[in-house]
Amino acid sequence: MSGSITAEPPTAGAPRAARRARLRDYGVAAGFLAPALIVLGVWIVYPTIRTIIRSFFDRTGETFVGIDNYEALFTTDLLVTAIKNNAIWVGVVPALVTAIGLIFAVLTERVRWSVAFKTAVFMPMAISLLAAGVIWRIMYLQDPDQGAINALLASAKNVVSPTGALSAANPSTPALSGSPERGLVLQRALERGSVARLGLTAIPPAEVPEGAVQAVEPKPIENGITGVVWRDFKPGGGTPGRVESQELGLPGVNVELRDESGKSVATATTDARGVFAFEEVEEGRYRTAIGATTFERPFGGVSWLGADLITPSVIMAYIWVWAGFAMVVIAAGLAAIPRDVLEAARTDGGTEWQVFRRVTVPLLGPVLSVVFITMLINVLKVFDIVISVAPGSTQAEANVIALAMWRTSFGGVNDFGLGSAIAVFLFILVLPVLLLNVRRFKREV
Amino acid sequence: MAVAESQVRAPVVIDERVAARILRIVAKAPVHLVLVVVGLLWLMPTLGLFFTSLLSPADIGSAGWWQIFSEPSLTTFSSYRRLFENDAIMSSLLTTTIIAIGGTVLPIFIGALAGFAFAWLDFPGRDWIFIVVIALLVVPLQMALIPIFSLYNNLGIFDTVLSLILFHTAFGLPFAIFLLRNFFIGIPKDILESARIDGASELRIFFRLMLPLGIPAIASLAIFQFLWTWNDLLVALTYGRDTRPVTVAIFSQLSEFGSNVELIAPASFVSLMIPLAVFFAFQRYFVQGLLAGSVK
Repeated sequence: MSGSITAEPPTAGAPRAARRARLRDYGVAAGFLAPALIVLGVWIVYPTIRTIIRSFFDRTGETFVGIDNYEALFTTDLLVTAIKNNAIWVGVVPALVTAIGLIFAVLTERVRWSVAFKTAVFMPMAISLLAAGVIWRIMYLQDPDQGAINALLASAKNVVSPTGALSAANPSTPALSGSPERGLVLQRALERGSVARLGLTAIPPAEVPEGAVQAVEPKPIENGITGVVWRDFKPGGGTPGRVESQELGLPGVNVELRDESGKSVATATTDARGVFAFEEVEEGRYRTAIGATTFERPFGGVSWLGADLITPSVIMAYIWVWAGFAMVVIAAGLAAIPRDVLEAARTDGGTEWQVFRRVTVPLLGPVLSVVFITMLINVLKVFDIVISVAPGSTQAEANVIALAMWRTSFGGVNDFGLGSAIAVFLFILVLPVLLLNVRRFKREV
Repeated sequence: MAVAESQVRAPVVIDERVAARILRIVAKAPVHLVLVVVGLLWLMPTLGLFFTSLLSPADIGSAGWWQIFSEPSLTTFSSYRRLFENDAIMSSLLTTTIIAIGGTVLPIFIGALAGFAFAWLDFPGRDWIFIVVIALLVVPLQMALIPIFSLYNNLGIFDTVLSLILFHTAFGLPFAIFLLRNFFIGIPKDILESARIDGASELRIFFRLMLPLGIPAIASLAIFQFLWTWNDLLVALTYGRDTRPVTVAIFSQLSEFGSNVELIAPASFVSLMIPLAVFFAFQRYFVQGLLAGSVK
């Protein structure tokens, strides 16, 4: 019955007034929308269409070339490298960032000072990728005295195989033979009471180990073998194989005592005078040798920004920036999981790992996929960090699609046709995410 | 009897509690250790830049930045003094400031107008236009670089502060509209209706009601947009070679990296201090915005 009131024919003037009022409302709406629609139309919609058209023309923009630009995209070495690299980025980064974010989020939940940790990890998000590039350029410096990463590696390497006392040397007489890599062996067989003279030459003054003093030929000892390793070089002459004045002992040299089969049975290190001693040696015939570790080279540093490692190096810097994002978003998702669900799983006898694997991760599913997809889009468009971390010499090896697009269009080549094709290719790659977003919104409405 | 018993047992209970607590701390020790190490590793690169900027050019060449730990006397602010006397870098910082402020205010204002329309005004095709806006969220800005390059040349505004602000406005807009529309739609309808009944115009409602109520969303948006425009390199390199925002100024030094660390390091650190200060001051809004906008 009440419906009849609205169904009643309205008076004659009303529809026109209502229509006018509605039109005025639309006018107001249009006023609110106009600035946004104009900006979006001029700066995004029109250029998108224009770029698609432009991609079918040559670099002058006058000749229609069909799909030539797209063919070039998949046949030019530089661009193929870019696509391959971007595939590596897509394969590695979203998964790794999501995993690291998940681990950090779960770990920080267990400590009270999580805010400090989160701030430290999240901070790189605020700074520009260019600044991050500068930061990592300094980290990646090749000289272990300059680059922090190589410095860390150098100190780790020094624990495993310390740098030797000498970098290179030659035997001073043929009595000593072999190579620095396998050890220099004194050919004369030794017994208890023998004194070995291991003379070396071709050691530049700068490479004489620090603290070296005048070499001394030691006295024989009853039950052992003694000897000297020295720089068998006297300015102005001298006799090879004899320890003479002004000849320096070589400290820190590793000397091996080898039995007749060539097996090392004991080792000793020379003192400042170059003297070493094997006390209490069993009866038998021995040889002495300067061990290969004496010539162990110092760590020269990994060339992080060289052609071989450039993409992993850039990726590492990028993960440093984005891990905080993943952590914060996942931590928020984690906080939203009801405590009692986890408690129930624990009281049912689930181990921490089972609870994590079977309860936490499935409940976090939507959050993890949001992080993953966000990273996927970011990685497809990655540009700043590559152009900042990779030096000019290896930018070709580090190339990615967005960088290739920019370099082709504005980096000196100035081929707008090919550049447009690369941009369209990039657009096609993000299209699935665009459709996903649209579908999600349509479901909401 | 019962009283006596409880008195006897009480200390034991406390002991057990302490023991359990110690046990818990011990059990958590690996977690603490891992987090401390990872946290320090994460801070190290930025600290490395900072310490590098505190060394004299000669000391930078001779050893890594960590030498400052063994010899704190090497600390010098001479690089910063020279930086602040460097007019080119200082004017670059000013340019970036103008671009970042313009590129933040403009898209937020335009986006708020549109967001309000999408949330509270009735017009045909509202949902469809909004879907287009959502679609524009992920359009790579590479799609616009070339046509806008030509457009700017034709308009005669190529390589100006204005051209950079407008580009940032356009590409900040879809996210601004999206975020603000979603925020405005959550404002109780009653407030709006009563204002309309009181005869307030939509414009008045927008300025007096929506903008003040929208401050939380506007704040997080502003931080994002500010950081985005301040930190931008791609757009700046394309349209601002001579306008020279600070990222372009630093980038142009990067090709000779090694010989000029004493300029690059402090310049990078200063350029990073501003977004970092914004981040620390408004961390809460930043995280909120991040959570709201993880669809971009």
